[in-house]
Amino acid sequence: MTLPVQNPRQAPSQKQGELKKGESRQGARLELDGLRRSFGAYNALDGIDLAIEPGEFIALLGPSGCGKSTALNCVAGLLPLTGGEIRLGGQRIDQLEPEKRGFGMVFQSYALFPHMTVRRNVGFGLTMQGIGGAEADKRINDALNLVRLGSQADKLPGQLSGGQQQRVAIARAVVIRPPVVLMDEPLSNLDAKLRLEMRAEIRGIHDQIGSTTIYVTHDQDEALSLADRIVVMSQGRIMQIGTPEDLYQRPVHVEVADFMGFRTRLPGRVLSVSGSEAEIEAAGARLTGTMRQPLKPGDAAILSVRPEDLVAVEDGDGVQVTVSSMEYRGRAFFGMAHGADGSELYFRADHALPRGAAARLQPVAGRALLFKGQAA
Amino acid sequence: MNRPSLRLRLAARGFDATTLLVLPGLAVMLALFVYPFAYGIVDSLMPREGAWYANYTRFFTDRFQFATIGATLWLALPVTIVNMALALPIAFRVRLMSRQRLLTTILVLPITLGTVFVADGLLTFLGPQGWFNRALILVGLLDAPVKLTNNYWGVFASLLITGFPFAFLLTLSYVTGIDPAIEQAAATLGAGPRQRFFRVFLPLLVPGLAVTFCLAFVQAFAVFPSAVLLGAPAGPTRVISIAAYQAAFEQYDHSMGSAIAIIMGLVELVVVVAVLGLRTLFYRGPAGGTKG
Amino acid sequence: MIRDQGLASKLWRFAVWALAGLFVLNLIGVMAAVVMNSFARRWLGTWLPAGWTTRWYFDAWSEFQLSSVVLVTFQVVFAVVLISGMIGVITAYALARRDFPGKRAVILLFLLPLLIPPLTYGIPLATVLYQIGLGGSFWGVVLINLVPSLPFVILVMIPFIEQIDPRIEAAARVFGAGTGSLFLRILLPLLLPGMLAALLLVLVRTIAMFELTFLIAGPTSQTLVVALYYAVFASGVRASQSIDAMAVVYMVTTLFWLVLALQFVSPTQIVARAKQQQAS
Repeated sequence: MTLPVQNPRQAPSQKQGELKKGESRQGARLELDGLRRSFGAYNALDGIDLAIEPGEFIALLGPSGCGKSTALNCVAGLLPLTGGEIRLGGQRIDQLEPEKRGFGMVFQSYALFPHMTVRRNVGFGLTMQGIGGAEADKRINDALNLVRLGSQADKLPGQLSGGQQQRVAIARAVVIRPPVVLMDEPLSNLDAKLRLEMRAEIRGIHDQIGSTTIYVTHDQDEALSLADRIVVMSQGRIMQIGTPEDLYQRPVHVEVADFMGFRTRLPGRVLSVSGSEAEIEAAGARLTGTMRQPLKPGDAAILSVRPEDLVAVEDGDGVQVTVSSMEYRGRAFFGMAHGADGSELYFRADHALPRGAAARLQPVAGRALLFKGQAA
Repeated sequence: MNRPSLRLRLAARGFDATTLLVLPGLAVMLALFVYPFAYGIVDSLMPREGAWYANYTRFFTDRFQFATIGATLWLALPVTIVNMALALPIAFRVRLMSRQRLLTTILVLPITLGTVFVADGLLTFLGPQGWFNRALILVGLLDAPVKLTNNYWGVFASLLITGFPFAFLLTLSYVTGIDPAIEQAAATLGAGPRQRFFRVFLPLLVPGLAVTFCLAFVQAFAVFPSAVLLGAPAGPTRVISIAAYQAAFEQYDHSMGSAIAIIMGLVELVVVVAVLGLRTLFYRGPAGGTKG
Repeated sequence: MIRDQGLASKLWRFAVWALAGLFVLNLIGVMAAVVMNSFARRWLGTWLPAGWTTRWYFDAWSEFQLSSVVLVTFQVVFAVVLISGMIGVITAYALARRDFPGKRAVILLFLLPLLIPPLTYGIPLATVLYQIGLGGSFWGVVLINLVPSLPFVILVMIPFIEQIDPRIEAAARVFGAGTGSLFLRILLPLLLPGMLAALLLVLVRTIAMFELTFLIAGPTSQTLVVALYYAVFASGVRASQSIDAMAVVYMVTTLFWLVLALQFVSPTQIVARAKQQQAS
């Protein structure tokens, strides 16, 4: 896509939708189109397509090494793409240097400037845009109040606690009123209690400033509680995009299910199909589940089920297992057991079972999911 | 009186059996460093003849001696500045390199081989028939060989060959000590390469650069063997080390030798204190980032 | 990493690499000139020598009595490494593990010899050593070399010891280890990598230490680098090839230990004692 050249003296790479002084593009749609990034023969990003609506909170979720941080760095411009396009409000920005994109970014290590006070850290982006004086002061104060750090403005980052440093990093990213705020596992260096507090604050700040937020995390709880939509990634590809409810209830892929807490995975073979349900034979038992991928009798399949939906039953059908361990978690007992073929099963019971006891496990009707298995 | 025993009181202040392990090292330093140093100061104040300060008046009134301070500074300061000026931009490039090891290994060679070896090599390399002159004539920069040994430039070259790698490796260790995310943060906030360097990197590096400058200067200021072998030890490269050595071991006037050695230490101290004093005007905390 | 694509920055990048390349080229030239000359039959006014020979090595070996010089060098160096290693590690342990009044002064004392030009303390020390009759002797050379090596070992070891969790020692005590077995079974194995690095660095530095050795060495206690200095100083007397043959012997000796040292430390650590200073 070509744009009119705004300034004939600019280098060719700067012709793209560079941010002008004081301009804000809040309310622009961000499109990622076939993003690729390879390091030698290794493809860290293998074709990422994603359209993000203005004001949306998107979580990129996946295990470490899945490419989510690479994707974020590519959007920020810190890593050049090896293929694909990034468009903001219809204008291409993927060849722009990071300093010309006008995005706000919060780093995992905070990356505060250790030699500047909190106020100067937050004001850095404004100084770079040439905004000074009363306007800058007002915006810095607003940003500091937003993260409740008004009283710490003249301290150096080294004098602040981890949570406070994280707030400074957020204030610094949002004070420039960026169209997009990028967050790279911002809570991973905080302790569990602080992490819960900051989670709520981050969502609150997002709702107040109205920017689009892209939030990278490997913690599904964080993604589920924060995001409007979650993008689950694995090996440089998008596995599924959906609302938290979508992903939680209806994962389309066995790996996504795995990530969403379907801890038990039983490989088996499809016996019969009726409507959206199928019966399979797995671990020596006949089990029924909802098909998430098309299956026909004779296919290899995987049954995935959450621990709370796999219960120990007194009699009837079910997988014959030996209990390995039990623990009490408030309302119920949860346990781990081994099937006759060595497979691991995670289940719920209403009373403690002794280690080594034999039990039968049966999925709650309608709660087990069926995916395609590897053809054996 | 229920006062704790002396042993417990000492332990509470940090003195226990483990602390005593510091004693052997301390004893060696007292015997081999502090005592001789004090001895040297006293010795320098007991000249062969004249008042107690006679050595110092002799040094500062004799132009042949006094000029060695200027000669040493005239070598050490420009070389150190050139070394730093080269080290900083090159270290900035090299920090982006994935395989720094080969380069750093090559550069550590002249440091470990030392000035005597480098002086010997430069005598051949920079000589009128050496590769350096030949190469410059070959590319047409020179018509006839220039004299680069047994004068100022020979010593300058030797201090460059051993001093640049030293300054570079130290600077590199400081530059790579800065969290790369800090630069990325500055970039996402709209700072271009120039602004990133001057507003973020440089202020963070100043303390390290000041220390590097001092250590590199100390090395250049102490120049001795190459000033004799590659320079003109009776003329423009008669540095203060030579004066001190000659007084103590050629004229056997250890009192005068100690006096010159102490003057040498003081002059160096003045420069180091001046540089470190400038440093305090800048940020002094950790450069590695704030946490994590 | 962020890469800028403008023309000016390309030129700048090129200039920086060109300077670095030129420096490395000259450095290699200096070393190659020595090696080449040591094998040259005759080398006058040409790019390359007029013929090759190894006879200068035999000449140099007998002329400069290199067998005894090399032997003395190793004796001196190993004595310095052993003494500064033992005392240095013990002292560093105390400084790393305990805080006591006056600790800063003690650390400053160990820093000073690394900041003061060697001749400034070397001349008074040599005077003292001559007066007590150690001038020109083997032990005189060893003692004067301890002044920079001992602090070096201490400053390398302090941060290394600090990063060993003291609770490991406490745990060993809880499980019944006495002082002796605590040292042998727990501390020594943990300290070994750091000690090896520190001692190899001291070794390389002592082989190359000219100024101090020069002040005190006599005819029977010369190390290689001092012998090389005298040979270059009197360069009219002997064939330059013979001197360069000796320089190559010195170079190979140094490089052998350097290569060994680089298995345990990175090249930057050879100079970057500033980092250790910050840590102390």
